[in-house]
Amino acid sequence: MIEVGLGHYLTLGAIIFSIGIAGIFLNRKNIIVILMSIELILLSVNINLVSFSIFLNDITGQIFTLFILTVAAAEAAIGLAIIVVYYRNTSTIDVEKIQSLKG
Amino acid sequence: MLAHTLFFYIFSFIAISSAIMVTASKNTVHSVLFLILDFITISCLFIMIGAEFLGMIMLIVYVGAVAVLFLFVVMMLNVAQQKKEWFSSNDSSKHIPVGVLISIIIFFELTVVIGGWRYKPDIVSSMSLPLNTDITNTHSIGKILYTDYIHLFQLSGMILLVAMIGAIVLTFRERSGLKRQSYFAQISRERSDSVELIDVPSKKGVDIDD
Repeated sequence: MIEVGLGHYLTLGAIIFSIGIAGIFLNRKNIIVILMSIELILLSVNINLVSFSIFLNDITGQIFTLFILTVAAAEAAIGLAIIVVYYRNTSTIDVEKIQSLKG
Repeated sequence: MLAHTLFFYIFSFIAISSAIMVTASKNTVHSVLFLILDFITISCLFIMIGAEFLGMIMLIVYVGAVAVLFLFVVMMLNVAQQKKEWFSSNDSSKHIPVGVLISIIIFFELTVVIGGWRYKPDIVSSMSLPLNTDITNTHSIGKILYTDYIHLFQLSGMILLVAMIGAIVLTFRERSGLKRQSYFAQISRERSDSVELIDVPSKKGVDIDD
């Protein structure tokens, strides 16, 4: 228990991943919180990749983390742009009021 | 080693509690601020375990760009005033137990994966690009990123370009009735179009209005 190994970091990643999933499901406020939960999920994936990279002595994981960072930034920009356009059209981004797809 | 363990537990406690607060706080601005705290803590963990470059890049990209973008959008859309409970719903929907159940199942699946990996440590045997401890972390990432992964690197630049153009196109709003400067009309203007020399006859004057 005193020695922090790979399992500790992977458990931390798993906990943050589950919190992100729970945030997507339980969120009743607005879509921005859902986007933030997606950022949390990507962050936990980054934790997993970096800890594998360090503990397995292989630098490819850190390279992949860089690419995930890129995709996360692009995704946040596009998602926030879509949210801004939606808010401009309907003046609400409440999760419960967005039901034009009848999902 | 004791300090490493202590700092790991402190940082992971802060990370997990701020991740919970991201989803649970009533105010959206507070959620963004807790998201920033989470990013900073995780980047501290990265720096602690030896991936300094990624920790710093996480600070720059996430805290400096993404989280500030979130904050910007939250304040621009004026949604911070909605003081809604984070999982209260108008109708008695069943999404709360389903959501909690699914996330608990996912957590147990992940722990099973971790445990399976721990009990069979020789499952990953191929080591493609080993860490070189003689040079710095940034140096070794650069040596591999610009040689072996150069095409993926350029593709990620392409992704960023597409995202930038997409965001601009999505939020672009053409406003009518706006007087703008027309560079083409300015540059293509010639002397013969604008200046006219007229011989004014004596005691008759000129008609200006024609």
